[in-house]
Amino acid sequence: MGPMRNGARIGLECETPMTNQQQSLVHARALTKRYANSFTAVDGIDFDVRPGKAFGFLGPNGAGKTSTMRMIACSSPVTEGTLSVIGMDPRTQAREIKAKLGVVPQHDNLDTELTVRENLEMYARYFDIPRDVANRRTAELLEFVQLDERAKDQVEPLSGGMKRRLTIARALINDPELVILDEPTTGLDPQARHLLWERLYQLKRRGATLIITTHYMDEAEQLCDHLVVMDKAKIVAEGSPRQLIDQHSTKEVLELRFTDAVREDLNGQLNGQLDGLADRIEELPDRHLLYTENGERTLEQVNLRKIPVESALVRRSSMEDVFLRLTGRSLVE
Amino acid sequence: MTVLAASGRVWQRNWLVYKRLWHRSLAFGFLQPVLFLTAMGIGIGALLTPASLEAFGGVEFIDWLGPGLLAAMAMQTATFESTYPIMNKIMWGRNYEAMLSTPVGIRSIVGGELAWGAFRIGTLATIFLVVLALFGIPRSPMAILAIPVAVLVGVAFSACLIAFTATQKNDVGFSAIFRFVINPLFLFSGTFFPLTQLPDELQAVAWATPLFHGVELIRGAILDQLDPLTAPLHLGYLLLMFGIGAWLAERNLARRMAD
Repeated sequence: MGPMRNGARIGLECETPMTNQQQSLVHARALTKRYANSFTAVDGIDFDVRPGKAFGFLGPNGAGKTSTMRMIACSSPVTEGTLSVIGMDPRTQAREIKAKLGVVPQHDNLDTELTVRENLEMYARYFDIPRDVANRRTAELLEFVQLDERAKDQVEPLSGGMKRRLTIARALINDPELVILDEPTTGLDPQARHLLWERLYQLKRRGATLIITTHYMDEAEQLCDHLVVMDKAKIVAEGSPRQLIDQHSTKEVLELRFTDAVREDLNGQLNGQLDGLADRIEELPDRHLLYTENGERTLEQVNLRKIPVESALVRRSSMEDVFLRLTGRSLVE
Repeated sequence: MTVLAASGRVWQRNWLVYKRLWHRSLAFGFLQPVLFLTAMGIGIGALLTPASLEAFGGVEFIDWLGPGLLAAMAMQTATFESTYPIMNKIMWGRNYEAMLSTPVGIRSIVGGELAWGAFRIGTLATIFLVVLALFGIPRSPMAILAIPVAVLVGVAFSACLIAFTATQKNDVGFSAIFRFVINPLFLFSGTFFPLTQLPDELQAVAWATPLFHGVELIRGAILDQLDPLTAPLHLGYLLLMFGIGAWLAERNLARRMAD
């Protein structure tokens, strides 16, 4: 945790003794969220978030990610099960937990009646941070998210990416032990996403603990050390992105596309012709995915069988493949 | 941080926004009573005959009207401050969601908003009283009591309206409140004419409504006519309304924000 000590530039001087390293920052057992209409959003999930790691919840919309986040952030009561956050109980110590959390909600809730700088300064007041400390952190954080030149501007004219960055800066104002980000890049253009990822990377390198929800596989693979895949209120798989791919998919994937004519011609026979070429074959509306240890070799065999392929692509397995395997569906539908 | 300190932060946020516009708000606070008193007091008052003035307890119409308008101003300001701006902070701007991610809790939010309402109405009531003084209306230094009473009327209405706003999913309910609650109270609380003009049954209804009690107390203070028998009843009514309103506001907002 060495680099952490130099984290003063963004006001992230973590005060947690790192002897607690073995302890988990968030500990959940049989955690359940049921709403008044008896809809079960989270159905008895177990997980542990280790300090200094980026922990990801991956899953489609409605999988229960946001409900889980809201319980961790003490903004939604736990229905059943055990949850401890930074060693405290959200049922009785919400105020103390919130003092040590940074929250980036799914929908921006910046104060549009205040300027960029006032947003951070006022938020610092909510945390009871002394004025001189608040002013110093505000300046540091505006620089960190590259908004120092917009400090005096109103919030409304800012772009979506800038607002997100300001929200992240705001979440760091209290020097949190744990930062919760709910779909941080949803709705942003690719350039804004990459800039945001880069900032989150910096944050991670300084030793911050992050919890991120996303339905983008690339985001999960880029940012997260540890992932849980959620589907229909349950956790369906867990591990590092690499482990999940190793466990639930093959090393490589051969993607084959056929012309509509070929598809119709061969009709049911296509699958028969591909039979035995790969460990597993997924048939998607527009292509076939052949899961194999060596994509090039499999492609050679496809060609040997004289199967009329329109185009072929060999790639490494990704989280998308894991998700497809586990749930039979694509992540973003 | 205590609940009280956190309430202070919620108040401070409103101040930060308001301080950019305060001169406009205060100018309006001055102009409004001047216009009303001139139009209604001097314009209409001059048409009244000495005989018809008897119903006003033997004072000039403008003297009688001014304190009533002060009480009505407190109600109306509280109403505007506790409907759209509160709904904005719940739903559209999500300010409360942001605050609730910090150690600021529901009770502090309600406390801070009520303290803000008290401040706004306190300043406006002070300006109003200055205008009344310019018209030579107050009878004694007792008139200064009109300010805390106006603040009490304001926070009593604010608390009840925050409780109402917290239950609303859109702003449709507000126009019903303005039309069917605020306007009738404005007209039939002894603001413009003595309730003795009404049939007995309606006078009884007026006794059950809140603005009437504020009008009576404020007029009593400014015209130095406080009745030691009824004044505690009026005061008790408003305090009770404030207490129940504040309790409901906290409960309803907590339910809403946990959604």
